[in-house]
Amino acid sequence: MKMNIRTALAALATSAAALGASGAAAQEVTIEYWQYFFEARVNAMDQLIENFEAANPNINVEMTHFPYADYRTRTAVAVPAGEGPDIVQLFYGWLNDYIDAELIQPLPADRFSPEMVESEFFPMVQAMERDGQYFALPTAVRSLALFYNQRLLDAAGVEVPTTLDELVAAAAATTERDGAGNITQVGLTTGMTAQDHHWFREVLIRQMGGEPYTDGYRNVNYDNEAGRAALDFYLGLEEQGVTQSGFMDEPQAAFRGNRAAFHIDGSFRIGALNDSRGLDWGVTELPAGPDGTRSNYSSYWVNAITSSAEGAEYDAAVLFMEYLTSPEAMQIWLDVVGELPARAEVGMTEENANDEVFGPFIRGLEYANTTIFADESAQRQVLVDMIERVQLQDMDPGESLSIAAEAEQAILDDYYGE
Amino acid sequence: MASNPSIHDTTPQATQPPVAQGGFYSRLSINQKRTLWAWAFLAVPILFYVVIRFYPTGNAMVLSFQEWNLLGDRTWNGVDNYITLFSDPVFWQVFRNTFAYLLIGTPVSLVISFIIAYHLDQVRFMHGTIRALYFVPFMTSAVAMAWVWRWFYQDVPIGLFNNMLASVGIAQIDFLDSTTNALPSILAPAIWAGLGFQIIIFMAGLRAIPRTFYEAAKIDGVSTWTVLWEITLPLLRPTIVFIVVLSSIGFLRIFDHVFNMTTANPGGPLNSTKPLVLMIYQTAFDSFDMGYAAAQTVVLFVILLIVSLIQLRILKDR
Repeated sequence: MKMNIRTALAALATSAAALGASGAAAQEVTIEYWQYFFEARVNAMDQLIENFEAANPNINVEMTHFPYADYRTRTAVAVPAGEGPDIVQLFYGWLNDYIDAELIQPLPADRFSPEMVESEFFPMVQAMERDGQYFALPTAVRSLALFYNQRLLDAAGVEVPTTLDELVAAAAATTERDGAGNITQVGLTTGMTAQDHHWFREVLIRQMGGEPYTDGYRNVNYDNEAGRAALDFYLGLEEQGVTQSGFMDEPQAAFRGNRAAFHIDGSFRIGALNDSRGLDWGVTELPAGPDGTRSNYSSYWVNAITSSAEGAEYDAAVLFMEYLTSPEAMQIWLDVVGELPARAEVGMTEENANDEVFGPFIRGLEYANTTIFADESAQRQVLVDMIERVQLQDMDPGESLSIAAEAEQAILDDYYGE
Repeated sequence: MASNPSIHDTTPQATQPPVAQGGFYSRLSINQKRTLWAWAFLAVPILFYVVIRFYPTGNAMVLSFQEWNLLGDRTWNGVDNYITLFSDPVFWQVFRNTFAYLLIGTPVSLVISFIIAYHLDQVRFMHGTIRALYFVPFMTSAVAMAWVWRWFYQDVPIGLFNNMLASVGIAQIDFLDSTTNALPSILAPAIWAGLGFQIIIFMAGLRAIPRTFYEAAKIDGVSTWTVLWEITLPLLRPTIVFIVVLSSIGFLRIFDHVFNMTTANPGGPLNSTKPLVLMIYQTAFDSFDMGYAAAQTVVLFVILLIVSLIQLRILKDR
């Protein structure tokens, strides 16, 4: 790997320097960092490592990356075996398992005090705290927003919607059908298998006056009026003919193919949309609910210090963690990867918060919630099945909602051992 | 004296130990040497199988009585995994699906491939080309094929089949987005992909039947049907056994076609296409419930074993 040669060269250079300046106070330390492969992320991390090593000449950081497909399995096998890195990037949803298995260490409270994190980071990062200690912190976060196709909006003569009602009306105006009534262009893309399950959980239910979970995401709380209202709104989209689930296979494919006017997706989609030629797109905040409530869903990858970092390596890892969560690193990450800064002061700068593309996502962070999943894919499947029971098997929506709530509660109970 | 010969012998004895092994080897008969060498060579694959196959198999069986999420320690939980499995309605749905793949897939592919092979055997014109055309799908990657078929099955405006239907004014068919149509829709390309191989095996079987039987039948003036029933099929029995066993195991283990045609909602809609292997995959690598996944694997192993034994018995002994 190119990077390894580079880091090896850097190590040679620094160790040569250390030899020259024999008797230098600081001792040479090498720490290892793992993340999954995504070109922009790897490039950004290369930059961060370079800056960090320049500021800390006695520390070498070696980065290793794996394909996303087996990243979770590889870290899960390597870290317990003691073969893992000193600092590892994990999805926030995996953290509980790592803390329980004592595979990661709490961040030192003198450098990362809970008060500091609570006052300086966006609020949803607080999910990373346990028993008054922070176990991990993100460099960047993600949120949802409403993408729109400017050309289709202009053709239908509709404005960018700001509320759910306006969204439905605008979607109706941009839906097109052929002579037989088959949809050939959808107003709004839908698909619980994509981002809609987040939109349903953290946004629609809250906008209908509910709260999706109670007791720190341990109790399902949507088998009620608010949940039913959210479900009826969601099912209504297809009944009113402004969408068709599974249209063009995937929601993002329909949007990229100029066959959808509106599309709800995460900030990680920006890069792919920039690469789509002939697509004139814009993005705005998720539409507000009937009473003006706004909400959003945020997810993130965090960096954590593993239990294998000890002594000098631990000290170096703490220094590197400090740099990874610094405003400077967050700005680099935003510029290179396009992911949103986790610190409010970086995100809410005049320039970032009003950015045409990043602005809607960053503003969404202020009112975003982060679902604490026990098993994200299983919990998503519950909502996928909820919709399909109604659409494919004509089940009563209320009954399907109750079954879903019960099934998700069973997953949570099983996980928390209740 | 007795001591003298022993003194005499010391010199040869001192040099004997290094020779002794050669001596042992040279004292072996040709057959024994052959056996020794056979074992020496066989030891490599045996060792390989022990490490790569038998050890993990045994380990999985032990794991099926434990709970493990890859990160923490393994803890014993008795037969809990099996109790959960047998009381899980999804498992029984998956069980039915798995057998639907087997019971539809095997006979259909067997009949189609036999009909094609039987007729292809009598064709002389462009025989090689036609045979190659049937074999191409077997060489194609299942993943690529599944994605192409997934595109065929989409709704208007992109799906090939539905666009054809719509252009002649017929209502669209929900191929994959339906609890009843999805399984046959996924099975179709899986059958098509395996045909090439089965045709080749059938043709080899047909060619192996001695011509003299057919000549004798011709002299007796027997009808074509009788020839087929009384000569061709009975003599093809070993070939049929081979194909049935192989394709049954293939359909019982179906995974790539299902997973790739339903990636967004694996085994969906509503688990109507989920085979056992996909359930195992999801339990292990989405939910990281390794013990439970191991229990499912043991059940699959037992099913495969029973089905194979039954087939070998029924088809061979008559």
